[in-house]
This record gives sequence, structure tokens and C-alpha cells, in this order.
Amino acid sequence: MKTVNKPVRKKDAMQLLTGQPVYTDDIAPRDCLVVKLLRSPHASAVIRNIQTDIALKVPGIEAVYTWKDVPQTERRFTLAGQTYPEPSPYDRLLLDRRVRYVGDVVAIVAGADDKCVDKALSLIKVEYQILEPVLDFRTALDNPVLVHPEENWESLCPVGADNKRNLCAHDESSQGDIEKVLEGCDIVLDRVYHTKACQQTMMETFRTFCTIDTYGRLSVVSSTQIVFHCRRIIANALHIPKSMVRVSKPRIGGGFGAKQTSVSEIYPAFVTWKTKKPSKIIFSREESMTASTPRHEMEMHVRLGAMKDGRIRGIDLYTLSNTGAYGEHGPTTVGLSGHKSIPLYGKAEAFRFVSDVVYTNVMSAGAYRGYGATQGLFAVESAVNELASMLHMDPIRLREQNIVRQGEVMPAYYGQENTSCALDRCLAKVREMIKWDEIYPVKDMGNGKVRSVGMGMAMQGSGISGVDVGSAVLKLGDEGIYNLLIGAADMGTGCDTILAQIAAEVLDCEMEDIMVFGADTDASPYDSGSYASSTTYVTGKAVENCALKLREQICRLGAKILSCEYEQVEFDGKEVVLDREHKVSLKEIAAASMCGNDISLEAASTHSSPISPPPFMAGAAEIEMDLQTGETKVVNFAAAVDCGTPINPNLARVQAEGGILQGIGMALTENITYDSKGRVLENSLMQYKIPARVDVGHIQVAFENSYEESGPFGAKSIGEVVINTPLPAVADAVYHACGVRFRELPITPCQIAMGRIRMEQGKSNSNDRERLPDNENI
Amino acid sequence: MITIRRYKKAESIEEAWQLNQQKSSRIIGGMLWLKMGKGTVQTAIDLSGLSLDGIEETEEEFRVGCMATLRQLELHEGLGTYTGGAMKEALRHIVGVQFRNLATVGGSIFGRFGFSDVLTMFLAMDSYVELYKAGVVSMREFAGGGYDRDVLVRILVRKQPASFHYSSVRNSQTDFPALTCAAARFEGPAGADYRFAIGARPGRAVVIEDSGRILSGGDIREQARAFGEYAAAHVPTGSNMRGSAQYRTHLVKVLTERAILQMGGEAGC
Amino acid sequence: MLITVNLNGKMVSGDVEADTLLIDFVRNHGCYSVKRGCETSNCGLCTVFLEDRPVLSCSVLAVRADGKKVTTLEGMQEEAAEFGAFIADQGAEQCGFCNPGFVMNAMALFRENPAPGEEEIKEYLAGNLCRCSGYEGQLRGILAFMEWRKKEGRL
Repeated sequence: MKTVNKPVRKKDAMQLLTGQPVYTDDIAPRDCLVVKLLRSPHASAVIRNIQTDIALKVPGIEAVYTWKDVPQTERRFTLAGQTYPEPSPYDRLLLDRRVRYVGDVVAIVAGADDKCVDKALSLIKVEYQILEPVLDFRTALDNPVLVHPEENWESLCPVGADNKRNLCAHDESSQGDIEKVLEGCDIVLDRVYHTKACQQTMMETFRTFCTIDTYGRLSVVSSTQIVFHCRRIIANALHIPKSMVRVSKPRIGGGFGAKQTSVSEIYPAFVTWKTKKPSKIIFSREESMTASTPRHEMEMHVRLGAMKDGRIRGIDLYTLSNTGAYGEHGPTTVGLSGHKSIPLYGKAEAFRFVSDVVYTNVMSAGAYRGYGATQGLFAVESAVNELASMLHMDPIRLREQNIVRQGEVMPAYYGQENTSCALDRCLAKVREMIKWDEIYPVKDMGNGKVRSVGMGMAMQGSGISGVDVGSAVLKLGDEGIYNLLIGAADMGTGCDTILAQIAAEVLDCEMEDIMVFGADTDASPYDSGSYASSTTYVTGKAVENCALKLREQICRLGAKILSCEYEQVEFDGKEVVLDREHKVSLKEIAAASMCGNDISLEAASTHSSPISPPPFMAGAAEIEMDLQTGETKVVNFAAAVDCGTPINPNLARVQAEGGILQGIGMALTENITYDSKGRVLENSLMQYKIPARVDVGHIQVAFENSYEESGPFGAKSIGEVVINTPLPAVADAVYHACGVRFRELPITPCQIAMGRIRMEQGKSNSNDRERLPDNENI
Repeated sequence: MITIRRYKKAESIEEAWQLNQQKSSRIIGGMLWLKMGKGTVQTAIDLSGLSLDGIEETEEEFRVGCMATLRQLELHEGLGTYTGGAMKEALRHIVGVQFRNLATVGGSIFGRFGFSDVLTMFLAMDSYVELYKAGVVSMREFAGGGYDRDVLVRILVRKQPASFHYSSVRNSQTDFPALTCAAARFEGPAGADYRFAIGARPGRAVVIEDSGRILSGGDIREQARAFGEYAAAHVPTGSNMRGSAQYRTHLVKVLTERAILQMGGEAGC
Repeated sequence: MLITVNLNGKMVSGDVEADTLLIDFVRNHGCYSVKRGCETSNCGLCTVFLEDRPVLSCSVLAVRADGKKVTTLEGMQEEAAEFGAFIADQGAEQCGFCNPGFVMNAMALFRENPAPGEEEIKEYLAGNLCRCSGYEGQLRGILAFMEWRKKEGRL
């Protein structure tokens, strides 16, 4: 292959590295009204009275909108970027008289500049009827206090939702008789794990600007992963026809799923629609940390049944997920906690997976890289690590004995066949990379510090099977250049480049010959958007098919020029050739296509996949711990990834490295805590600690490729799977270092040091509830 | 973000002092902490035109101008040598180079923030603040005092025959500390005198000394352990997002004990 | 207040408020490379040179830059492209939003310390956060750049 599987530079790399103005706020019109939001200080309240007259008198203020400007009985909507009909409930109004978390929107203010808008915000007088909130998600289900008591709450899909029970979704799936299988196991581990509502923390906060275009339509430019869903969401929120909305995205300063929810768009959209003036909203970091769309907090109860020889026979998982005040991505994320963890264990005879997703009065959760799989894999992989230590078995050895293999059917993965899988090779590779056999489980460094290792495995999907749609349009232009039009959103990941590589490979041309455009609802072909690890696999296949189609068209016109049959010619990227004497160059064909021509040299292709082949990964952490202070650093993280063919090995590697560090952050430093009033304490980058470069040693990534027949050039996805392994790996390394088992993240120095002290004092640290049916002491 | 109505670059310390007598005035240092406030400052007083941004070293002392940056402090060779690298260790974790190029020593000390590595470090040294009206006041007294409207002009560090050690525990490398510990061992005619400053308790740093002469003669390891326990018993701690009071008390013990062993010339890390 | 700043080699005057921040001043004067990632001086995205020293422009009053020299990435295009190419060769620019601050501070590092070791690099750039790359690719790019400079005899 000439272009695919090559580490070519990203097409936009040098523009980004030299600081060109290509992001939303760089290109917003200078005369935009500044839009800011007044937010609720209460976790649950009804607005009794709201006075805006004084605020409106501030010089420069254009408008102040409150719930009175939004019909309260009209159809609700969701901000989740999902294919219609969305599984996420329609539970929002643009401005609601009831506020449901600290940070919920109370009023929209638009004015000439920041200063006058800030002033106006401080002059709006609100009288709240404060209600009792539901803050603990363990008490939410069937709590007499309801988060969404309203009658126009609506669930479009059969996801088991019931707003009168604070239930956003409920699901059950199983295969085999789990109780019977567990009954027959030598050992049944019974454990509860807990992960928090971590933040994506992309460097560019949520932001959007809006204008009215030549046709009187609302033109929305936003930092979003989902232009097409955004169009629907905005039209739903404003109750205007979808034909009146256009959404496009410039460069995006990171997404990680955060921008798969339409967090900021509807507010300036409303302002511009009402005033017909350009407007923009730039979320502050504080807003991005307190009123956004973080990971779903989950509590996972795992029962893991195995034999003394290490054979894992059954997994029973119950997940309780906290969707917060609104249901964005609530019904769908939770599924991944089971369906993308349990199938790793291919020898299991039975599984059961039950889930509840509940409403509470905290910030609404959303999509974050890993999308529920991260949480579930922390639980299941940690349980397997605990099993290994109970059995005194090497955790990698235990995996090797139990993992799913290529060609096997995965009952917990919707019964899909494992069409491509190099997980076994990933395990072997990671063992070697981390020098597992030298360190496992722990090595005394002789200075009060120890080094230890821990590991975990992961899988994800490649798009949503039978749902995600990717499309591409390719057209030939002057002198044989190509335009590639896509609706997928490059959010820094490099999909513009990756998709161009696929097109260049098929068209036998140089990367420079392909100009990529995306994404704009008016100009791009339909694409679900860049999420669910779909772009390379789903849209990539559409590009491949599209390029094949265009090749055919090129040959047709070439054949016409050569006055022969289309079947007789061949195209080598530069010329359409009949035989040695009779050929026509691509340049000539391009010129001919624009003069008296009736053969379209433009192709469109749409693709959707009935399967979602999982990428696989094994990861191992080597940590160094100061036993007395509890300070812990990942000095080395080794990962082996099976993403099928990496279309661009450089970009795949950086995806992996970046995802791994996010996972390490989740394991050790990134915390979300609420005070008794429901306020988030980690409301800034000063308090919410994403890893800095001094917080980690080295991250090494290797690729162990399988070949996925259904993907473009054998590719599967990579974007999400990479975040998952650090959580169980670091937690187990911590256990190996200090003997204390942590089942809640993040694991802080304080917890480690105090846990050790408690352990030394003979007080058990854990909530171990393993059942040994035969009363055997293993 | 704080609102500032008027900016005034002071032409003399006297002018700065005069302006600062208004309650709504603020002397601005690096602006890093001040900026995050929510209130209104009528007059922001800038001392940056008064040549107070130098670090002078004489035979007897260091004279650090209030507008010297933390980065200057970190890179100052004399201070580095005098403190045996402890000064740099106290500063290198503070956010990043660009931050330390702005943050001023005067701002850090005047603020007397609980989390301050800078205050912790200076408290362990024989140091003083030079206030425009109140004159030279010991750092310890200043650290224990309340905010007034005087102008902090300089920080003075008297050179003593001493060795220093600085350590802090942080949940992540550039985070606020969970605990800071600066230690000094002053060599006197009657033997060594130890002084420890413990900060980020999370309250303001406090000084603890060996008034009971735990650290005099005998096995250094046993003494260090005993002093660690003494310190843990006498330094008040509290809980916040970065650690519990119990953990901090535990850290007081661990960090003081380690500091003693380090300064006692123990071979080791 | 009227201030005059030497912005990327050109004298630029502007009327600012007492609390206008340098980041807003330079953006208003066309230097869009300068980004804001937080309000708490933590992210390093807004790094510019003030009198040739890297500072956080989100934390400097514009009035304090009066009469001074301010450099943004717009004023260092050649250097940025030369260094940036090595980051691009790793694919480590990713979303690009942190790139300008990162490139500026890397330039500052090389001016202060032309041949830093790995730990020195990490420590100097500790205040430049990046959420995409995991930093590893940035480090590879920096090391490759230094290797290249050595070969070119520019060290």
C-alpha cells in the first residue's frame, strides 16, 4: 500500500502549529452579541419570580430571555447527538421554569460586550422556591422526590424509562443460567466498584456563534462533533423548521465526546433567531466543568464465578448509572459497561447484565471517550485482577486462559462473531514491553519506594452496528485534483487526513491531490458524526467505496475519449489506458469532464455496517509508590493495541498515548465531588487535575494488527478503546505496591497512606464479600 | 475576574502607601491570585516602576525586592547555594515557568496563603519582611499577623551557618501541596538548632522548633522518629479536598523525620 | 488608558481599560494564536513573551505591557514552522488548540537552555497542558528537533 498504513502528516498540522485563526472564536464576526447564561445556585428549585427590567436597562444589553419566553408545554428535546429517534429522553426545554442542578440555565443575556452582560447578569432578580434535591444516585430510584415530574417528558425508544420513578433507562440481558453456573463455581467474587463523573477537559471549551444568512436562515458555526444532529437539536429546541438551520464546524479544539452533546449551541441560536443579529457564546472553564456533559458516574456490582484452575465460568453485572439532571446518553452509555467488558471472557458459560440509569439533581452526564465501557471494564477487569490474586495466579496468565478468540461468538456482544482479534498477541507483547516478569508483582527500590505492575484489557466497538451512517462525496476537478466532502468531524484526531489517505490509496494519487472539506449540513453528505469510534471504520468504508465508484466514472469518461468500451480500460491513477498506444491522462479527462460532458465525475457513497468489530487492547502500568506518603506515579505504561490496520500509524499512536493518559488521570487525580448543596468542588483546572507532563513517565504503544475484512483496508477503530486499560491496571498496581485494594477512583496519596496505616493496624480496608461455596480456603 | 477601575503605577513607595490607605485599593503583585477574585478594586497600585525587582546578595544577607518573581528566586545562584537547592525545590512545582515569571515574592509572602510553598520556605530561614511603615519584622511574626495596609518592600534573609531541606507532598506534580515542610539546621556553638516550617496544613504555615531538645545527641534515627511524632502532635492540621487532617498529621511526621535524616548527613536518596 | 506596545516588532497603540488583560489586547490586535483555556492561570495556552520572557497573557494587565515588547506566535512564524514540523511528523499537534502556547514555551526553553535533558524539558513545559497527545509525541518531536539542530551544527 502506498498511502494507507503510512505515517503521513495531518493535512492541517502546520496551520495549527503556527497558530492560524481557524477555531470558532477566531472566525466569529467581531460585532457578535456576547451571550452568557444566568445559572441556578440551587440543585432543585422552581422559579417563582424573575425580574429582568433592571438588567435590560444596562447600556449595551440587547435582550434577556427567561422561561417566560419559552412555551413550557411544548415538546421537549434532548441535547444528545444521536440518530433519530434518540434513545435519550426528550426532557429539556430551552429555558425551564424548574431548574434541576446547580448550574442549570435560568436566563440568557445578550449584549454588546462581556462587561455589560456580566453587569446585567448580576442585576437579574430571581426568587426561587427551593425544592429538596436528589443528590445521592443510590437513593434516586423510586425516591418520592422526582427530578422530572412534568407531563410532557417523553421517551422515544423502548429503553425502560419512567420519569415517575426517576428512571432514565432499565435493561436486562443474559445468556445461560447464571445462578446455576455461579453455584457450581469454586469461587465467586462479589465486588462493588465506583467511578466518578470525570470531565473530558478538552482545551477548547464549548463555543458557538450564529448569524442569519442570505436566505434568512440561521447559520450556526460551532465546535461540534455532530453537525447533522446539531441541526435537528437546534430546530427542536427553537421549534423552527429544520430547513431554517445550517450547522458547520471549523477546527475543533478537542472533543472526546463532550461535543457529541449540543451543550452550547441552542443559546446563541435562540438569541440570533430572535434578534436577527450575530451572537456568540464562549463557555468559561468553570461552566465547562460544572454545567457540561461529563462521564456517567457508575456503581458496578460484579459477581465473578471461576474454578480454582482459573477458568472463568460466569459474570453477573449490575450497573447503576447516574445521568444527572437530564438524560443525555443515559440509556446508551450504560449498555457498554456490560456489553464491552463481559465478552472479553470467551469461555464463560453464562452471563447476566442488568442496568438502571437514574436521574439526580447534579450536572447532566454525557458522552466521554469509552462511553460506559471505561466504567464497566474498570469493574470487570478489576474483579479478574482480584481473582488472580486470590488464586495466586499471574493476571496475564489468567487472561490468556480465558480470553475470547477470533472466530468465536460473543453472546454478551449482541451475539456477534469475533471477526478479527489479536488480543492474545497483545497480551504477550505487553508482558514483554513492561518487563512484567522482572517486576510482577512488586519490587522494593530500597528507599522507601516500591515499583509494581498491574494490567487490564479492553475492547470497544467500531461504530454503532446498524445505526451509524457515514458518507463521502468525491469529485474530480481541474488537472486531476479531487475534492473529498465529508460530514464526519475532525476534532484533532486527524480524520480529514485518514479519510484522504483511504481515498488516495484507492485513486492511486498523492495526498496533496485530495482536498478535504467537512463538515457542513448544507454541503456535506450525511454522516452521523464523529463518535462511537465510527469515523475510520464506517465513514472510511464509505470513502473507499466512493473512491472505487469515482474510479469507475473516470474509466467511463476515459473510455469514451478513447472510443472504446469501459471494460477494456484500466486506470493507474494518472492515465486511463486501453493499450500502449491508446491512453488518456487524468488531466485530459478532468478537462473533458468540464466541456460538453454528460458523465458525472462526482461520486457519492453511503455506508453503514451491520456489525461493529471490536478493537482490542492490553495495557500494563508500572508505578512507583512512596509507601509512607502514598505518592504514586505511573513511571511506565505499556500498551498493545489491535485496531486492525492502522490507517495512519502516527495518528493511531498519538490517539493511544493521549487516551492512556486520560485513563491514568481518571485513576489517580481526576475527581468530581459534590458538596451537600450539590455544587461541584472541582470547578476549574486548578481543582480538577488533569495530568501534566511531569505527572507521568513514559507511555509506550505497540500495534498488534488483526485484519478486519469489513473495514477499509482491514481497519477497525482506535479512538475510544485506548482510554480503558489504565483504570484497572493502575488500581491493581497500587494493590501490588501497598496491599490495599481500591474499588473507587481516583486513588489519592491520602487514601493510599491512610489505607496502609489502617491495614497495618489490622483493620480490614475492603468490603470483600467473596463466597467460597465449598468452604475452601483458597 | 476582578474588576479594576483605575490603574496607578506608583512613582514612590510613599505614593503607593498613600494610595493603599483606601480600603478599595490593592497593591498588585503578579496578579495571579488577585485576578481570580470577584470584587472591585478602585485603584490597582503597581510597584513595578520602583526598581524593587532585584535580588541582592551581600556577605550577611539576601535582599529580595517585593517585585522579584518566583522564577528569579528559583534561578538565583546565591540562594541556590545557600539553601543547598531547597529554594528551587520549594518553587519548581508551582504551576509552570510562565506562572513563576509573573508571580512575585512580595505577593506570595504578603498573601500569606495557606498553600504557599514560598512562605513555608522563608519561614524556615532567618528571614524578615521590610515594611514601609512598620519597618523590619520577623517573617514568623508577619506570618502570624493579620492583613493591614502597609507596603511590603523587601524580604531579607540573614545568612546563617545552616543547611536546609524542602519537601512537599502533592496529589499531582503541579497541584497545590497537601503538605509542605521546610527544615533548617542552624549550626551554633552549642550544637545544631533545628527549625521546621509546616504549611498547607491546609492553614498558613507554622514554625515548630526543638524546644524540648529532642534532637541533641544519640542515635539520629531514633531522634528523628521522636521529633516526627512530637511535630505531628503539635502541628494543627485540617481537612480539605487534598487530604484529611489525619493524613496531614501523618505527613508532618514523615516529612520532618525525613528532613532531619537528610540534613543530618544520612546517606540516602 | 492609551498604551503603546511593541507587538511582534510593530508599535501598536490602543485604548484599554484598567483591567483589560494582555490576552484580550493581543487578540483584539489580530494575534488569534493566543488562546484562553482556563481562568485560573493553569493551562499555559495563552503564553506570550513579555520582554522576551514567557508569561501567561491571561494574567497580565494590558497596561503593564505599556512601552514593552510583546511577542506572540504571529511574530515567530519561521521559528514556529521550523520547530512545528517535528511535532507534525509525530502527529502530536492533534487538535492544535494548545499548540501556540506550547510552541512559544518550547522556544523559550531552547533560548534558556539549548540542550535540555528529558527531565528538564518536562519540567520547563509542565505548565503547558495538553489533553490530546499524552505528551509523549510532543516529547519525541522535541527530541527529534534537537537532534536535527545538532546535526545542522546549530547548537
